Amino acid sequence: MGDIIFGLVSIVIGIAASYGLYWLLNFLLSLLPKRIHEKASWLAFLTPAAVLVILVLIVPLFQTLIWSFKDDRVKEWVGFKNYVDLFTDKRFLGILLNNFLWVLVVPAITVAIGTAVATLSNQVGPTRERIFKSLIFMPMAISFVAAATIWSYFYAYVPPGRPEVGLLNAVVKLFGSDAQPWLTMDQGRLNSFLLMAVVVWLQVGYSMVVISAAIKAVPEETIEAAQLDGANAWQVFAGVILPQVWGTVMSVFVTVLILVMKVFDIVLSMTRGNFTTSVLAFEWYKQFFENSNIGPASAVVTVLVLLIGPLMYLQIRTVQQQESLR
Amino acid sequence: MNTEKITHLLRRMNLGSTIMMLFLVAIWSTPTVGLLITSLRPSSLAEISPWWEALFNPLSTVWTLDAYQASLESGMLASLINTIAVTVPATVLPLMIAANAAYAFTFLKFRGKEFFFATLVALMVIPVQSSLIPVLRGMVWLQRTFDIQLTGTYVSAWLVHSAFAMPLAIYTLRNYMMTLPVSLIEAAKVDGASFYQIFWRLVLPMSAPAIASFAIFQFLWVWNDYLIAFIFVGEQKSVMTYQLLRLLGQYGQGWRDVAAGSFISLIIPLIVFFSLQRYIVRGLLAGSVKG
Repeated sequence: MGDIIFGLVSIVIGIAASYGLYWLLNFLLSLLPKRIHEKASWLAFLTPAAVLVILVLIVPLFQTLIWSFKDDRVKEWVGFKNYVDLFTDKRFLGILLNNFLWVLVVPAITVAIGTAVATLSNQVGPTRERIFKSLIFMPMAISFVAAATIWSYFYAYVPPGRPEVGLLNAVVKLFGSDAQPWLTMDQGRLNSFLLMAVVVWLQVGYSMVVISAAIKAVPEETIEAAQLDGANAWQVFAGVILPQVWGTVMSVFVTVLILVMKVFDIVLSMTRGNFTTSVLAFEWYKQFFENSNIGPASAVVTVLVLLIGPLMYLQIRTVQQQESLR
Repeated sequence: MNTEKITHLLRRMNLGSTIMMLFLVAIWSTPTVGLLITSLRPSSLAEISPWWEALFNPLSTVWTLDAYQASLESGMLASLINTIAVTVPATVLPLMIAANAAYAFTFLKFRGKEFFFATLVALMVIPVQSSLIPVLRGMVWLQRTFDIQLTGTYVSAWLVHSAFAMPLAIYTLRNYMMTLPVSLIEAAKVDGASFYQIFWRLVLPMSAPAIASFAIFQFLWVWNDYLIAFIFVGEQKSVMTYQLLRLLGQYGQGWRDVAAGSFISLIIPLIVFFSLQRYIVRGLLAGSVKG
């Protein structure tokens, strides 16, 4: 009971304090002479956001960059040692390979399934469409940690002789093979691909919703014209619909790509980065929280930021395009 | 009936598409259904009887809520409260701060506006991990120097979540505010309203749809977040994702015991999802998704 009251009081105080802050800022500005007040009023609206962004995002970002050239306890400068250590470490190169595979596989499959589902659901009538879409979209509300428990049941392995309780192994046995300890099998990065399946499962809903809206916006006349010319369903899709929604498909692709670059929770909850499933964001976590190596951890995350950098360019370009359409 | 009629009928029912969709939906739902069924059976069965046995013989199996009761009593209830206490302010605060900033970006004139805005857009893709260690050390420093305790409290999570929400929140709210009629705001100014009054009485209420849809996303993100809760709130006020992962154990060996706990953590996001789905879709289409 005490916890509930404390929580409620915290919520009320937190929200009231922030409203009070804006009132106070405006009050202080209104004390200034009218002419200066008019010109400076933007400060009252922007300052809290700016302070937050500068103190929690921008300054720490540069701090991380600087710390990547320091030792474990950020006392001494070590030059490029952290980076040299990383790139001469076979394990780290394996981690980079994992990130590369994630980026190669997940966005493409997510977008492909999303497009397929969006197209199919467009043909089954409004009621079925609504129900089907809801069910495919639902994982959107599920946390990575809960998804990990859900899929642990799916991949579950029990030693031979005990009743099979994992669905994947039950299916495998049905086809006459032996049960496998899936998440520990790193031959051909098999377990990494199984983790990717979970993220695809979580993200397809997003890609379906956005692409479906784009497909519905395709002008009916263009489809009818193609049908009159004798095009079959596939030709209509590939020749008429797909080119018109391609921009949307690509923007979903980039969004999922950025998400996948930072993938972390799924690896943490399903394998703790063991059995060669580690990725950059997980390696950062491990270096800092398990080994307390601040310098190397900062170097790992700097590599991640540098790899995401080009995507930042894509992001800004998309925004500029949208601005010019306004 | 001739074949042509049958084909026509089939096409009208879209049988092919429906069957393919049913197949996909079945695949998509199976893992969740498995978890739900497991959580509704005695936990002693998890290891000796697969969940689909219960699905095929629903009458001969034991259905019980014991696992839920055990889970709530062993800390999940406290975690549920902690999660709410982290999530609600971490949804309201960033929206309030971002709405103010978006207002300045949309309607007020100041130097360096384009530069500030471009910086925000660039920050949208920066991974949170790149600033967490310095922020954590900064909070520890505050505590040592000024005796201000932030780590291990809700406040630190509110601040960090608010900051990370800022770029996308300001961006989407500004985009919405740009569609509001400028003439209305000009008229209010002529009538002598201050910028402060225009914001609270005119712009904020008119931006309600955009604010509502971003609020849903922020709520889901914070509710489902593990990393920030783990670093800044930690054990003292453990949230549900933290609690679940602890139960799950180092190699996921605890999965037999967490079915009920997982479902408890899912209930509120799923209610939010199914009741507000329309707004979620609208928000996604307006570009409010965190990469």
